[in-house]
Amino acid sequence: MVVALSGLIGIESFSQGLYMTRNGKVSFFSRTPMENIEAVNNEVSSILNLETGEVVFAILVKSFHFERALMEEHFNENYMESAKLPKSTFQGKITNLSSIDFRKEGNYPATVEGDLTIHGVKKRITSSGTVTVAGEKVSVTSALNLKPGDYDIAIPALVADKIAETIEVKINCQYAPKK
Amino acid sequence: MRPRNRIIFGICLALAVFSFPALAQEDLMDMLESETRKDAAPDFATATFKTTRIINGHSVENVASGVLDLRISHRFGFINGGAYELFGLDQATMRLGLDYGLNKRWMIGVGRSTYQKQFDGFTKFKLLRQAKGGSPITVNAVGTMMYKSLKFEDPTRDNYMTSNVFYSGQLLLGRKFSEGISLQFMPTVIHYNLVPGALDPNDVFAIGAGGRVKLSKRISINAEYYYQLPDYHLSGTENSLAIGFDIETGGHVFQLNFTNSTGMTERSFISETTGKFFEGDIHFGFTISRVFTIVKPKAFKEGRENR
Repeated sequence: MVVALSGLIGIESFSQGLYMTRNGKVSFFSRTPMENIEAVNNEVSSILNLETGEVVFAILVKSFHFERALMEEHFNENYMESAKLPKSTFQGKITNLSSIDFRKEGNYPATVEGDLTIHGVKKRITSSGTVTVAGEKVSVTSALNLKPGDYDIAIPALVADKIAETIEVKINCQYAPKK
Repeated sequence: MRPRNRIIFGICLALAVFSFPALAQEDLMDMLESETRKDAAPDFATATFKTTRIINGHSVENVASGVLDLRISHRFGFINGGAYELFGLDQATMRLGLDYGLNKRWMIGVGRSTYQKQFDGFTKFKLLRQAKGGSPITVNAVGTMMYKSLKFEDPTRDNYMTSNVFYSGQLLLGRKFSEGISLQFMPTVIHYNLVPGALDPNDVFAIGAGGRVKLSKRISINAEYYYQLPDYHLSGTENSLAIGFDIETGGHVFQLNFTNSTGMTERSFISETTGKFFEGDIHFGFTISRVFTIVKPKAFKEGRENR
């Protein structure tokens, strides 16, 4: 009886409070005196669990689009090796969940901690951002700085002055209740 | 409660209390994976070759939509000219070309070669794209028209402008086997309005084979060979063979090559090569490809601040 109950509770907590997006936006920007490089991915999928604060992201590397097609090709072929490592992922948790009231509209500062995997390299990161509650929708924005070197992304000396050491990454996702 | 039941209960409790939260995040990721797999876009093979040409001839690659590709190609003289000709460097023929991607599948291009003062124009269309779980190969169709503007040898006879017009049609069947290896076949027909010899056929048929092996992320070795069918080639011509390297440096691709062909358009290298490769009739040559983005992708049309 208890077993069945605990099982039920488990299942119940699983299907509730899940919010999802399939068209979240992740962009990055590399700024150097030589050249600015920007890429945008509008097909990011993510699930947010409002009850536990857990959040996961799956980002298809090939879905990053650049202003110049050749940059996109080099990004996939030479830097991210997207045929071999097609996805970047994030698995983490909102650490200040208690200070966010998902039933009340408003903007809440939030901190997320978790594992970011890029180019097959997993790193523990912390990032701060904003959670906005508006009606049925929950949106999350965040910005963070990443170093290609931390993720074993080799940048040859020839182009080293065209690619910033620190890349600015922006995240903007609008979640809706998952059906 | 009997001991056996107690153990089972204990295990279940442990599962429910401890492992569930730990597992939950993995499960959330699994859920996301299965949700996104449903509506995943087809995964097309990209960068089968580094540029739109293997060496002399077309590869299955297209110029991206809205991108202009400026191609400057040189072929020096035969290296068996020896030190007197500085191994061919004393002579050079060149082709200046501009290619443009109208959309993802369709590109056009024009060129002018010093060899026989030739103009050329082509249209290339991608019929099929290699994709995971889809087509195993990429198929392109290329149609080229060439016009030799060199003055007629014998101005006293009736000369028609159309006598200097040539057509070529090609199918390109290519496959990227792995990150490093791509192969391609190119059945080709070349039409002559006027042939040089009385017994020469008006239609030359050839089958080309080409491929590349990547030596590093930015360097590949390429080879290309066009076999002319025995009864359908111009007399005194050789099959075209070329071996080369693609070297990529940021916005440029350098193609260095060795070939027995002098011309760089389909009718001049496939059906009018006269050099014997293995007797040293080899041209050293290079092509520089530089791309310019003319029409920005939609997402980049507005300024950064507006996005």
